[in-house]
Amino acid sequence: MGITFRKETFRDDYTFRNSPEHIRRFPFPFNEDAYMYAVNIEPHVVGPKGSVLENLIDVDEHYVAEMQDRALVLAEDPLRCQSLPHMTLAGWDLLELLMEQQALGYPEHFTLERNGDRWRWINRPLGIDDTFTFGDTSTLPYGPMEYITRQSQGDFCILDQRDGNLWMDAGMVTTQADWSLDFDIGMNFFEWHAPVPLAHEKGIFTRALKFLTNIQQGKPARRLNWTMTINPRLDTSPENYHKWGPDRATVTPDNVGQKVHLRVELQSFWRLPRSNGIVFPIRCYLINMDELVTQPKWARRLHRVIRDLPEELATYKGLTRYRPTLVEWLSKLDDGSPTSSGFGPD
Amino acid sequence: MAVKTIISRPIYGTLSPQPGKHHLFIADAEGALAIIDMAGKAPSGFFDGAEIDFIPGPEGKHIAALEALEPAQLHLPPSFASLLPRLRQTLTNAHMGLRIYLAGTEGLIGQAMQVALEAGIDHTSMQTEHRGSLARRMQCVHCKGITENVTTQPALCSHCGLLLLVRDHYSRRLAAFQGVCINAEDRSEIPPMEEAFP
Repeated sequence: MGITFRKETFRDDYTFRNSPEHIRRFPFPFNEDAYMYAVNIEPHVVGPKGSVLENLIDVDEHYVAEMQDRALVLAEDPLRCQSLPHMTLAGWDLLELLMEQQALGYPEHFTLERNGDRWRWINRPLGIDDTFTFGDTSTLPYGPMEYITRQSQGDFCILDQRDGNLWMDAGMVTTQADWSLDFDIGMNFFEWHAPVPLAHEKGIFTRALKFLTNIQQGKPARRLNWTMTINPRLDTSPENYHKWGPDRATVTPDNVGQKVHLRVELQSFWRLPRSNGIVFPIRCYLINMDELVTQPKWARRLHRVIRDLPEELATYKGLTRYRPTLVEWLSKLDDGSPTSSGFGPD
Repeated sequence: MAVKTIISRPIYGTLSPQPGKHHLFIADAEGALAIIDMAGKAPSGFFDGAEIDFIPGPEGKHIAALEALEPAQLHLPPSFASLLPRLRQTLTNAHMGLRIYLAGTEGLIGQAMQVALEAGIDHTSMQTEHRGSLARRMQCVHCKGITENVTTQPALCSHCGLLLLVRDHYSRRLAAFQGVCINAEDRSEIPPMEEAFP
């Protein structure tokens, strides 16, 4: 049996929901009752069955709807997908990686047949069956990065490695937490992280860069990041901030459960074999508060994390306007009892 | 001299004569003074292989002082836009070893660097010195329009009219600071506009 893909939207009527099984597998990002930045990078190895780590590239019930939303974003703003001229080879690397991983993890939905450079790619959920020549861009309807990332959940940044640094030289970014690929493309690792508060002073980025530039082929790494989003909106880009920003003023005690979403990014880092670039998939998971608090441990812990979050981080993550309402709502679900260690629900 | 704030914000230095035979100076307004100050440290004959492209601005100051340096070429375009075609050709035809010096307003330095980057010159190889106005070149992240000579915080986008927070986040590729809607969450909040980049 395969995945049952939901028909849902991430805009307008916002019909996105998680099934009970998907609530249980949600990658809750807090393993203790407080949060501060850390270089929380670990090897990206396969995790337990039924978790988002069951496969290294996760495909879930939201796949088809997310790909439809991506197509809508790109139609409105093609600058969300850009690749500097020297990045085409890395795009082919990424195409290979995503086709291999999706076909490996979900053979009932994806098939990759290779005959030398002649490849056939079958994507059943999206109704695609294309034969092309690997390395020949004229045989695909888009460039290789755009072609495969229109068929893969999550944002993708491809980083070129040179001068001991990583350069954001290509990307498909339509589900981002308020940063602009169009503005940041061409920047190095420190430059595109420049606006992040506190972490530079803690040496986070220096250590992270050292780690990332040493990533080896076949040994990907991962970390979790998080923020919050009002309404299940994937496209929280700065480009459209004037459109979604007003939503932050709509949170009331009565609608917290449905409107406020924890937004978790599963970021992974992979060395690409031909280009020696690094691809950095940023996979976004959303869960509303009503869904999240079905797991009492998560409700208690999230209450403590949000209540005690340093002000700079709350501001950076854009929580300021609705944090008091959210904390008050969560406090009713926190009896003060201890939480078990680790990320998972009890 | 601009104050360093975040890592993407450019840091400017002081022009110093570099070894080599060919030197290209691009400057506007007070930037001429940076060239003149540097000339005092330059070896004799330095300007024999130098081109100075100087945008004097409405007051037309400093032209005589640059002429006195006797550069191989002194070009006085009325605006950056009018310099652009010539600059592109100069960079296309340039030999390895051309030294580039940029001096004046941030907008001028940024735009000249942008053209040089497109010609394949590494940004760290260019000498820069900021002189004069702190006015910023700003890209509206929403409509993508560039507003020149922004001196206020917040600032109005000259294209879409949104009221923008002028961030310190800077893109060399766009030669612009980022402007993000300052009252997106509640348009009725209108923070006072203050002179921030005189």
